[in-house]
Amino acid sequence: MKILVVTEQRQGKWNNASFETLAAAQQMAKDTSASVSALVIGKGVAALAGEVAAKNVAEVLLVEHDLLEAYTPDGYCVALSQVISAAKPDLVLFPHTYQVRDFAPKLAAMLGKGMVGDCIGYRYEGGKLVFVRQMFQGKTVADVTFQAAAPWFASFQAGAFRSDLVTAHDSGKAQVNGISVNLKADQIRTKPLDLFKEAKSAVDLTQAPLIVAIGRGIKAPENIPQAEALAKALGGEIAASRPICDEGWLPMERQIGSSGQTVAPKLYLALGISGAIQHVVGMKGARTIVAINKDQNAPIFEIADYGVVGDIFEIMPALTEALQQAK
Amino acid sequence: MNIIVCIKQVPAKDAPLAIAGNWIRESDIGFEMNEPDSYALEEALRLKEKHGGEVVALSMGPERVKQTIKEALAKGADRGIHIADDQFAQLDPLGSANSLAAAIKRQSCDLVLTGLQSDDHGFGQTGVLLAGLLDWPHATIIMAIEVQDRKMRLKRELEAGWFQHLECPLPAVLTIQSGINKVRYATLKGIMAAKKKEIVVITRESLSASSEPTQRVEKIYLPAKSKKTEFITGTPKEVATKLVEKLKFEARVI
Repeated sequence: MKILVVTEQRQGKWNNASFETLAAAQQMAKDTSASVSALVIGKGVAALAGEVAAKNVAEVLLVEHDLLEAYTPDGYCVALSQVISAAKPDLVLFPHTYQVRDFAPKLAAMLGKGMVGDCIGYRYEGGKLVFVRQMFQGKTVADVTFQAAAPWFASFQAGAFRSDLVTAHDSGKAQVNGISVNLKADQIRTKPLDLFKEAKSAVDLTQAPLIVAIGRGIKAPENIPQAEALAKALGGEIAASRPICDEGWLPMERQIGSSGQTVAPKLYLALGISGAIQHVVGMKGARTIVAINKDQNAPIFEIADYGVVGDIFEIMPALTEALQQAK
Repeated sequence: MNIIVCIKQVPAKDAPLAIAGNWIRESDIGFEMNEPDSYALEEALRLKEKHGGEVVALSMGPERVKQTIKEALAKGADRGIHIADDQFAQLDPLGSANSLAAAIKRQSCDLVLTGLQSDDHGFGQTGVLLAGLLDWPHATIIMAIEVQDRKMRLKRELEAGWFQHLECPLPAVLTIQSGINKVRYATLKGIMAAKKKEIVVITRESLSASSEPTQRVEKIYLPAKSKKTEFITGTPKEVATKLVEKLKFEARVI
């Protein structure tokens, strides 16, 4: 079996999830006696291709074109469909980034294939690859298999594999092979413009050692002062999952998760947060996680060190008082 | 501007999930409009208010899906299309997109909107696949739309607080990020008006858009715990006292 890992860079800088996916591919190759190649796409990215070539890969495919300097779904789909048709991998792996979500399902469909996205792992059973992904916002997981003939397309969730486990090439460097693609300006229908960040956030939650985060369980904006009182008693910052910021109950700069900030505080106290993956990726690195939720099956309890199944409106004031007394 | 919004009906957020093979037992639970799709619907209604045209709510699934289409009509969509299919939950992403695309091709439409993913399967592929099947340009995870002269200027969300502007011609497919707008509630007037609005039912078979499944969900199950959680029980006051002790002397984080 031939595995091809499509790496991701923007303006010549790696998306580190590329190496997590490479680690997944190397592990999979060991299990299935497959070979792993890596693909680098863009313009002026030969140095990045050289970097991947030092990893344990059979070959690096370097796909460069003036029209691939900035990412566009059309440009990537046209170029990658040509490369995949020529290179004939059995399995194409991607990191499950926002960019991959934007083009990979269409790329697979162009080749008449399907994609299993956002996988958290895989198993190799009886000569068959089984991909594991979450469903129902992380409340359940699912085993998914490919039904049609190769190539198969799959992406791995950020954090599902460890990039530091990528093994180096055992005899120096793999060969970097430039692949030319046929791409014309009129095939690219969208025009990417400026990349930007919103006005600099006044709070840097990444530096906060103690965080009290609220989710849907807070129910109404009137209840937020209770959580703020708890944060104050703890001496921590208040933060929230996406729905709370979508509602405008707390500013977007207080949002933790894939679209907000990624934090790794000493203590993360999750109040009424179910633990959907979009939130969990932003806080699972916390040293100690406390979850309080009325639903004992909430996925947040899978990663919590301490759990309380109960009503946050009863526990918040009691905990605020206990923290004040403990000072 | 004519807009079709693809809306999925999903199990209610607080519904207790009873796993049954590769899906869930549907008999005892409630269903609701997929939340990301409600933002897509709201965005469509706002675009219509600004630029005119019609908003069509398109949904696929068994009979119960009509309720969600009615909700969209009550909020202001002009008409509904129901692709009737009792086996909808078993379709792979490409299978769903093929049927939706076939139904969309029968309409005169400038823009297709979807939420960025569904809260049940969470494949997050429908919008992108539709763009491919319709051969239209697309953009995903959109946070702002401005339309001018058959062209859109869009704000697309990237990871870790980054955004990008881009231009996209019409017709096109966009997937909408949650939080792009404040979703409206249906008014009593809207609910009454919806009763007179049309919902066209077409069976999925009649679209002749079936495709061989590319993938199959074999089974679903509860996740294994990655950490051993110590559950603290008692009255709220007892829980609070125990928790503070644990954090102070065991975890040593406060």
